[in-house]
Amino acid sequence: MAELFDKIRVALLENEFAEKVKFVFFEKDRWKFITKGLLTTLEVTFLALLVGLLIGIVVAIIRTSHDQLKEESKKGVGGFFLKLANIICKIYLTVIRGTPVLVQLLLMYFVILLPLDSKIMVAVLTFGINSGAYVAEIFRSGIMSIDKGQMEAGRSLGLSYVTTMVKVILPQALKNVLPALVNEIIALLKETSICGFIGLNELTRGGDIIRGATFEAFLPLIIVAVIYLAIVMLFTWLMGKIERRLRESDIR
Amino acid sequence: MIYVNDLHKYFGKNEVLKGVSEHIVPGEKVVIIGPSGSGKSTFLRCMNLLEHPTKGQVIFDGIDLTDKKTDINAVRRQMGMVFQHFNLFPHLTILENITMAPVKLKMMTKEQATEEAMELLRMVGLPEKADSYPGQLSGGQKQRIAIVRSLAMKPKVMLFDEPTSALDPEMVGEVLEVMKGLADKGMTMAVVTHEMGFAREVADRVLFMYDGVIAESGTPDQIFNHPQNERTRQFLKAVL
Repeated sequence: MAELFDKIRVALLENEFAEKVKFVFFEKDRWKFITKGLLTTLEVTFLALLVGLLIGIVVAIIRTSHDQLKEESKKGVGGFFLKLANIICKIYLTVIRGTPVLVQLLLMYFVILLPLDSKIMVAVLTFGINSGAYVAEIFRSGIMSIDKGQMEAGRSLGLSYVTTMVKVILPQALKNVLPALVNEIIALLKETSICGFIGLNELTRGGDIIRGATFEAFLPLIIVAVIYLAIVMLFTWLMGKIERRLRESDIR
Repeated sequence: MIYVNDLHKYFGKNEVLKGVSEHIVPGEKVVIIGPSGSGKSTFLRCMNLLEHPTKGQVIFDGIDLTDKKTDINAVRRQMGMVFQHFNLFPHLTILENITMAPVKLKMMTKEQATEEAMELLRMVGLPEKADSYPGQLSGGQKQRIAIVRSLAMKPKVMLFDEPTSALDPEMVGEVLEVMKGLADKGMTMAVVTHEMGFAREVADRVLFMYDGVIAESGTPDQIFNHPQNERTRQFLKAVL
């Protein structure tokens, strides 16, 4: 008899839980806030990452070229432009790393990119420019970690500075900075959760909208958290595989 | 082939080369010896402009390397360089290390370069290492590969910067063997080394550097058996 009671109680509980899930996510198709939000989050993260990598690599190369090239090779017009570019890069790094990304986002949305209609593009540019500063420093540390004999060997074979950089230095640097880069990408993904401040319906805001509509906080927010966690775990696993493949040349 | 004219080099306020003039003729094997800090490595590195001379000229095949208009990359293709620490590219296989520059610079097709590389690898006795990575090789093997990598560019002159100084003693011989083989084939060579036996046997001329200048220059017999300079005598007494 007691056994039967237990079964009924569990069934009722399950039923209650199922009812709640049904109410929170499926009534009025509210689950779409989550899926659409997820797509927006992924889109912003991916595009911002591309922008960030591009800026980061360029800034890192300018900074290291400036610091590593000898004074003799920095004379003339090219040298002047390198010095100028280096100063611009330093200002960029200081400003971007010195101010909160949320302030940057609001400034971009309400002031700098006011004429730009697309909230997604504002987010992509803000996070791309922001991430670029961190990626630049990550790559710079990677490039600096490569023995200067590698550059000398490339140059002594008649390869240009740029060719040696691309074919010899960067592949080795990339391998060294991959863990730090993965860190930055994970941070970027999670930072896009502040896009709600400019009214962009990404994943976090999607969950929050459901919370507001249903007065249920736990379910929508925990789902959002689990989705972030799942993406990060999947990505970490994937990068681990890539890293192992890049380490092929380390076998002894 | 290489004229060096009143070469001066400062590192900051420190004058490392204090006016070096030298002429290396085609086919000549010049060995540069001297105590550490005497400027011999800097002198060698000035020859392909890895170090930029503060003053003076380096003229290779009639081209002034210190002239700003000179395409230094084009000149370096004709000058091989071997380093103390090998500086092989660790992320590339041995074959890729050798073929990368000639292919990238469009001097050969990939097939030609591979064929050429395998031939050179057979010459130094390491054809089975073609698909290995530098990390899997011993020091002596790495240095032989580094020599091959330079030779793949078919240089007119080879510069060696203490090629055996970072090797375990038992591996010095195999690298010197390869260098002797090159010398026998008539390669023009400039070698900075502490291997006096090699200098005696292979050099046409030995330069003794001391404190940023060439203190004495002559045949191995003159330098080793009848040194004129007091510094040379002291140095040889210490190393022999």
